[in-house]
Amino acid sequence: MALDRAAVEHVAELAKLGLSEDELVMFAEQLSAILDYAAILQRLDTSAILPTASVGGLENVMRDDVVTPSLSQEDVLANAPHRHAGQFQVPAILD
Amino acid sequence: MEPYTFTVQSAQAALQAGRLSSVDLTTSVLDRIYRVDNSVRAYLAVTPEVALEQAAEADKRRAEGDTSPLLGIPFALKDIVSTAGITTTCGSRMLAEYVPPYDATAYRRLRTAGAVLLGKTNMDEFAMGSSTENSAFFPTANPWDLSRVPGGSSGGSAAAVAADEALFAIGTDTGGSIRQPASLVGIVGLRPTYGRVSRYGLVAFGSSLDQIGPLTRTVTDAALVLGALAGYDALDSTSVDVPVPDYRRALSGDVRGLRVAVPREYFVDGMEPGVAAAVRAAIDGLASLGAEIGEVSLPHTEYALPTYYLIAPAEASANLARYDGVRFGLSAEQPIDVWDLFRRTRDEGFGSEVKRRIMLGTYALSAGYYDAYYRKAQQARTLIKRDFDRVFAEYDVVVAPTSPVAAFPLGARVDDPLQMYLADIFTLSVNLAGLCGMSVPCGFSDGLPVGLQIIGPAFGEAKLLQVGYAYEQATPWHTMKPSLTAAEVETAES
Repeated sequence: MALDRAAVEHVAELAKLGLSEDELVMFAEQLSAILDYAAILQRLDTSAILPTASVGGLENVMRDDVVTPSLSQEDVLANAPHRHAGQFQVPAILD
Repeated sequence: MEPYTFTVQSAQAALQAGRLSSVDLTTSVLDRIYRVDNSVRAYLAVTPEVALEQAAEADKRRAEGDTSPLLGIPFALKDIVSTAGITTTCGSRMLAEYVPPYDATAYRRLRTAGAVLLGKTNMDEFAMGSSTENSAFFPTANPWDLSRVPGGSSGGSAAAVAADEALFAIGTDTGGSIRQPASLVGIVGLRPTYGRVSRYGLVAFGSSLDQIGPLTRTVTDAALVLGALAGYDALDSTSVDVPVPDYRRALSGDVRGLRVAVPREYFVDGMEPGVAAAVRAAIDGLASLGAEIGEVSLPHTEYALPTYYLIAPAEASANLARYDGVRFGLSAEQPIDVWDLFRRTRDEGFGSEVKRRIMLGTYALSAGYYDAYYRKAQQARTLIKRDFDRVFAEYDVVVAPTSPVAAFPLGARVDDPLQMYLADIFTLSVNLAGLCGMSVPCGFSDGLPVGLQIIGPAFGEAKLLQVGYAYEQATPWHTMKPSLTAAEVETAES
């Protein structure tokens, strides 16, 4: 499965991942090689096989709805690159 | 004997007998770090003030009658486990300045047990890699040969234990990242069962695969550290509420009648002959101790690598979506708009391997390719798990090589991702199938350590320890240490 440059650009945009020109070329080649290798999975007849998403055996873990202490606003914001009036600050999203 | 060379068990005996204080022991290890770590480079950050304060507190607890097995024992923590007030970088530029506001449960449990934090260890960025060369900061060297890799991704933790720069260390294992570096530096590394150790505060990579576990010099030490780490935690919804046995009781030294399976698919063409020979000899050793050895087949073994390298990147691409330059971590300067902020932050913050896995995972999950790649891999995962279920119906443990090769030279595989991925070929299945596994030293290949991998069923850690301990008691490998004379000279000159 060869990935062309347009496909790599499309995937990078889905992941919101800026890539340099060199990276676009390198990833087109490397991802194609990895996907070629992964093609051996197509040999498996899995028509009657359920997928395994998790191996822990737990489903729908519930707990009582009890309020417990949480981080302070100051702790939550301590690593924020930009903050304003006690909130995370981001560039304008709406014009 | 220098205190920094002690095992957890021997240090504990010395502390309890009053021959040594935790402050003296910790000082001895810190001095050792200053002597050799300029060459080994196991640590991203050493925290001497924290260590000496915690050591003094441990001495006080002991004076008050506390005899917890890890009390006063200095250890190293992989820099992916959150420590309140101490940077947790994940080996990434993205988190170079990140200081967690809370402790991971694993760290909190070790602190409750009285263990002493020496610092945070180097790793492949976000635990993605098999050589620690993907660290954004610097590579770590193998203490047995400073021109070779220590394995990865917990390479800093493994090298610290092998170089006597910590009495034990904590790593994480998503596809082999505890067992493979343990094998390459000649120590014990145990990956517990999924759900056995809380992952609260562990920075997520592959959420259906990640586990935290110990890297130690002996199997006894692994039992002691696992005993402190294991247990249910309501803060981790994948934590399983299964009683924690006293793992020390597994250290009987007796494996008579134990059924040991050897999978023929784990002895492949292209394996390093010295590795195959050492592992074969170790299996003969188990037979002579009275274990019943049987050859089995795990027919879907060849599918484990492609399955893992679709599932783990898919999960990583979702987990790493959180790095957006808004709440924590790197943030690109002067963004034009919010999309520019996301794209440039992620371009500047992530290294090549992380980007490669985000791309691969995003592709495998994308419209039109989901069924062919991600769903197909999940179905293959079912088949891989069934292979092991069948074998564990008849056998107590599976034994195999941990790695197909001994430590490879720094730089040898960095430009070929597939070649690097092959380093994990014997360890990935344990993660995919939700099992537990341990690597124990079993000899040398051209002067470099080789590991024997012991695989057990879910929550079968006591079986791993039983087999590993019996083997260890019958062999000299765990007593052998790298000389590191070159490291000391190099450090003295620099």
